[in-house]
Amino acid sequence: MERIRLVHGNGGRFSHELTERFILKYFTNDLLAPLHDGAQFSVSAGRMAFSTDSYVVQPPFFPGGNIGKLAVCGTVNDLVMNGAIPQYLSCSLILEEGLPFDELDDILATMRDMAEQANIQIVTGDTKVVKKGEVDKIYINTAGVGMIPENIHIGPSYVKPNMDIILSGSIGDHSIAVMGQRFGLELSENIKTDCAPLNHMIQAVLSKVGPQVALLRDPTRGGLGTVLKEIADQSQVGIKIHQSKLIIHDEVQSVCDILGYDPLYLANEGKVVLIVEPSVTDEVLNILHSFPEGREASHIGSTLDKNLGKVGMQTSIGGMRLIDLLGEDQVPRIC
Amino acid sequence: MKKLTLQEKQQTAEALLHRIKDLHTEGENIRLMEVCGTHTVAIFREGLRQVLPKGIELVSGPGCPVCVTDQVYMDKALAYAEMDDVIIATFGDMLKVPGSYSSLTEAQTKGAHIHVIYTPLEVLTLGKQYPHKKIVFLAIGFETTIAVIGATVKAVAEAGLRNVFFLVSHKLVPPALRALLDRQVGQIDGFILPGHVSVIIGEQPYAFLPMEYAIPSCIAGFDGVEVLSAVLNILEQRHRGRFEVGNTYHSVVMQEGNLVAQQLMDEVYDICDDTWRGIGVIPNSGLKLSEAYAHLDVEKMIPITLDKPSLDPKGCQCGRVLQGLIKPNECPLFGKACTPDHAIGACMVSVEGSCAAWYKYGYASGGLSWEE
Repeated sequence: MERIRLVHGNGGRFSHELTERFILKYFTNDLLAPLHDGAQFSVSAGRMAFSTDSYVVQPPFFPGGNIGKLAVCGTVNDLVMNGAIPQYLSCSLILEEGLPFDELDDILATMRDMAEQANIQIVTGDTKVVKKGEVDKIYINTAGVGMIPENIHIGPSYVKPNMDIILSGSIGDHSIAVMGQRFGLELSENIKTDCAPLNHMIQAVLSKVGPQVALLRDPTRGGLGTVLKEIADQSQVGIKIHQSKLIIHDEVQSVCDILGYDPLYLANEGKVVLIVEPSVTDEVLNILHSFPEGREASHIGSTLDKNLGKVGMQTSIGGMRLIDLLGEDQVPRIC
Repeated sequence: MKKLTLQEKQQTAEALLHRIKDLHTEGENIRLMEVCGTHTVAIFREGLRQVLPKGIELVSGPGCPVCVTDQVYMDKALAYAEMDDVIIATFGDMLKVPGSYSSLTEAQTKGAHIHVIYTPLEVLTLGKQYPHKKIVFLAIGFETTIAVIGATVKAVAEAGLRNVFFLVSHKLVPPALRALLDRQVGQIDGFILPGHVSVIIGEQPYAFLPMEYAIPSCIAGFDGVEVLSAVLNILEQRHRGRFEVGNTYHSVVMQEGNLVAQQLMDEVYDICDDTWRGIGVIPNSGLKLSEAYAHLDVEKMIPITLDKPSLDPKGCQCGRVLQGLIKPNECPLFGKACTPDHAIGACMVSVEGSCAAWYKYGYASGGLSWEE
């Protein structure tokens, strides 16, 4: 089996081979083709969003995806949360000596497919190779840019009381899929990462009712609970949600029950929280439902002009539970 | 067992609450103790306290295995952790429990080799992976965990591994309930009994509650509706004036428990007196490895003496919290000196500890304040 060697990162002949054998095989576009020190492109006048994220998931392959899928979708979605239309991404790979060629092939092929699905281009990048043990197989950094259309103003300061909170689907799937793989749990094949690019769906919403959308947030690390509490704090509103409106797939809930995890604090990679004017809630739901990644979207609650900075969840049996930021990482309970 | 949909759950909860309100006389004060950390968390997660009639009070008992593990045990674990050739294998909950002078997390930053495991059987792999090290597994937990760890003890013995040892401080639930009642401190009008523990031991070990102490009790599952049905069961017993060990977890808990697990526990362990944090020694409430497995007992094979006395954290009221004598927020340290990020007492460390649950679910500022 062919594997990555340290010489693949020395900048010489082997590095060229690596670029041709892998990078140019999967990422081909006019902006990347010159293999210059960066990409040059024209932009339209207006506001631009710029975002970056590093991906270090362990293990790099998990049910429904791999680190390459996260690296494209994650940064695309971060741009989307700014109201932007993502256009160009950079891709920096840090490879561990000994990484099998076929694993790198799989990851890059996934990145190519995701870029295509999200309709963006990977136009610049870099590859480094480090000694065995210095990284865990592969780390990826991506950064991206996108233009924000006029009339779109997304951010915590636009959130006011009496707005509706919409969640685009189920929670907890990604975390449980990765943890199941990490700990070698034999889980149902229905448990898969929800990782997906959300730009087409959100563009469909913004092009119809953009001015009525106050905030977009993806409940990734820290989960839905943490994101809602951050919004309540940053926007100085109260938030009330209904447990009965949250979707947690049976398989995910069962693993949570066994390990003692709280789905509210599990990471998602293909979900979005939208805070919108109540006048457009139904229309937004209709649009979300027409996309596969939004088919389970629901109106989960509202912002309030009291209980400022607090998040309360009306439980299915009628009680009220306060929701705080995620504290320590969740660890399996012991009895 | 079929899981209820959220809608079914809502309807069931409404019906149960209706019956509970019927059976509760206004002004009547009833204190029910839940003896399982998972119940404590479920009660908060589902907001049960707000839907129950005023007067029905739910009190947390000694139901979190990490919380009841006493200071001497933690100090011994730390002493082993500091040995160069020892790898500590433990459930993650134990990492931040403060010992008298340090914690496993602190020991880890100073170079101790601590391995967090998810299932006890991982110690077999560790033993083989590190043949020149001694693996010391921190074997704590109630009956549920005891059965699994007992199977691990047997597997280690059968595999002939000479480098895997157990630091045992298992606790038994029924003797603890008896001790709480014998002390006659605090009013307890009924027990919500732990579902998972009861899967193993069955109903019979609780029979002394109605027979000797005339106290109603009910074994319950773990979601809000199941806890509500146990509350109702206890109220019904009070209403009839005839007490028993109720069981609303029939689908899972058999009357006689899990006989295979019980047999395994008998074989691997002997009953002994044991010390509970903040409560003290409770007769016949612990387990030690039986003679046949004594060669896996780390305290026998690698004896240690602690050179400094074990001290409970100053001002910490864990012991009183564990007995239901005070609520977590009545401890002067709660939410001030003692928070989940800077825990002073064990009850603030474990996710199932009462203090951690009270803190997490919004009692830090003196009560769940939510304006409707």
